[in-house]
Amino acid sequence: MARIIVVTSGKGGVGKTTTSASISTGLAKRGHKTVVIDFDVGLRNLDLIMNCERRVVYDFVNVIQGEATLNQALIRDKRVDTLYILPASQTREKEALTKEGVERVINELSETFDYIVCDSPAGIEHGAQMALYYADEAVVVTNPEVSSVRDSDRILGILQSKSRRAEMGQDPVREHLLLTRYNPARVEKGEMLSVGDVEEILAIPLLGVIPESQVVLNASNQGVPVILEEESDAGQAYDDAVARLLGEEREHRFMTSQKKGFFSRMFKGG
Amino acid sequence: MTDTATTGVKQGFQLKSANLSMTAIELYFFEKDDFEATLRDKISQAPGFFKDIPVIISMEKYEGLDSELDFFSIIGTCRRHSIHVVGVRGGNDDQRRLARGASLALIPGSQPRGRSGDQEAASGANQEEAQEPPSETTPGAPAAAPSSVATATRIISQTVRSGQQIYAPEGDLVILAPVQAGAEVLAAGNIHVYGPLRGRALAGIHGEESARVFCQSLEAELVSIAGHYKISEDLQDNGWKSAVQIQLRDDLLVVTPLDKA
Repeated sequence: MARIIVVTSGKGGVGKTTTSASISTGLAKRGHKTVVIDFDVGLRNLDLIMNCERRVVYDFVNVIQGEATLNQALIRDKRVDTLYILPASQTREKEALTKEGVERVINELSETFDYIVCDSPAGIEHGAQMALYYADEAVVVTNPEVSSVRDSDRILGILQSKSRRAEMGQDPVREHLLLTRYNPARVEKGEMLSVGDVEEILAIPLLGVIPESQVVLNASNQGVPVILEEESDAGQAYDDAVARLLGEEREHRFMTSQKKGFFSRMFKGG
Repeated sequence: MTDTATTGVKQGFQLKSANLSMTAIELYFFEKDDFEATLRDKISQAPGFFKDIPVIISMEKYEGLDSELDFFSIIGTCRRHSIHVVGVRGGNDDQRRLARGASLALIPGSQPRGRSGDQEAASGANQEEAQEPPSETTPGAPAAAPSSVATATRIISQTVRSGQQIYAPEGDLVILAPVQAGAEVLAAGNIHVYGPLRGRALAGIHGEESARVFCQSLEAELVSIAGHYKISEDLQDNGWKSAVQIQLRDDLLVVTPLDKA
């Protein structure tokens, strides 16, 4: 049985697709057979970030409606060979995702994959609810600002009441907080909420903190999941997050502003 | 509390019970221009709160003449301000006939409370004696309430998230976790929040004026007791982000720090 992980947030533009791309790539890199599904029907971004937009023939909705088989629609990643992408349709609407259709696709994927990562669309409507319905675990992507935290809280409520696990009365969906676009310098100036603030409000375990970084934007534009930028802060932070998702203990990093150089530390008296 | 009349046949809908808190316009008399002026004034205090909300007209304290009562005019005035009148609560037969004529739903009145009982409750709260020893002579509803309250207490130990609503229809509500911004907790009796209260808390929703709200950190969007409410903006000056209790005194919500209670 595959583990089904939804990457969700409520709010748009916080880094769900970037996170889905990196987490799925990270899981696959560790040898787990992983598929990432783009639930953002009508917009389609995941294939751009994964750099496979030119290889899309069939999509998720085609499979749901029986117009194509999974094998025809799945795109194998060129960099990590245990990673597959199921792209979203750009010409359909989210209503094309039916509960039964999504269940059939997920069940079929469960037979051969270890991990199914669901990249949720923004909002709390049908598309987002379909993405989280079958989840075993949820990565709640949050930016350190008030409206994002509020929307994350809302989506946590939906996970607790409208997921399959909730409806069936099973163990609840395991929730993880992933704080993205974190800028410690701005936190110190009081312009952003701190990790502690967000943890206090949402009260769920922290999976990781991804520092705000130009590398993320560059990687997205070039179609490289940022986790593959192994030299970068953001890439390493995602690698830590994936390790923690798999149960490894790793200390949190990148939560304080740039280490001061030797001299500035000496002259400022530490 | 679901209507389970479904017998396997697929139906177009199902009846579900729904509990919602509503704003009541407690009418004392009706005069068209005065009504609109008062309404406009109330809305200007909290424009967002009133946008597209349903209200009921409460006739329980109406003292004007039935002939002055014009529900069509009330409905029209409210609609101009994006407020939807859905029903009428209480009132005598003539008033209810008028309401029916205006296609309004009829809602039974809340338990009759004599005018003297009202004053008793208010002055009782003033003297800080509240209802601890079920007081000897308190007439009417307030005295009857406590016995049922104990059994109807609802205890919630999970965080109440934005968009969620928790309701204790007959008794107290005790929440051992945060109530997040955008969440709503309602109780017929008192509300206790052993965590920060960041959402909306409505105690005494059936008109129990001795109900109170207790919380470990007052960060609420709205607090209401028996229909008297304060919004976040008006709560900032007193006890904000600290442990407080909120109670009704002379129709005003009073916030007191718990360590001074």
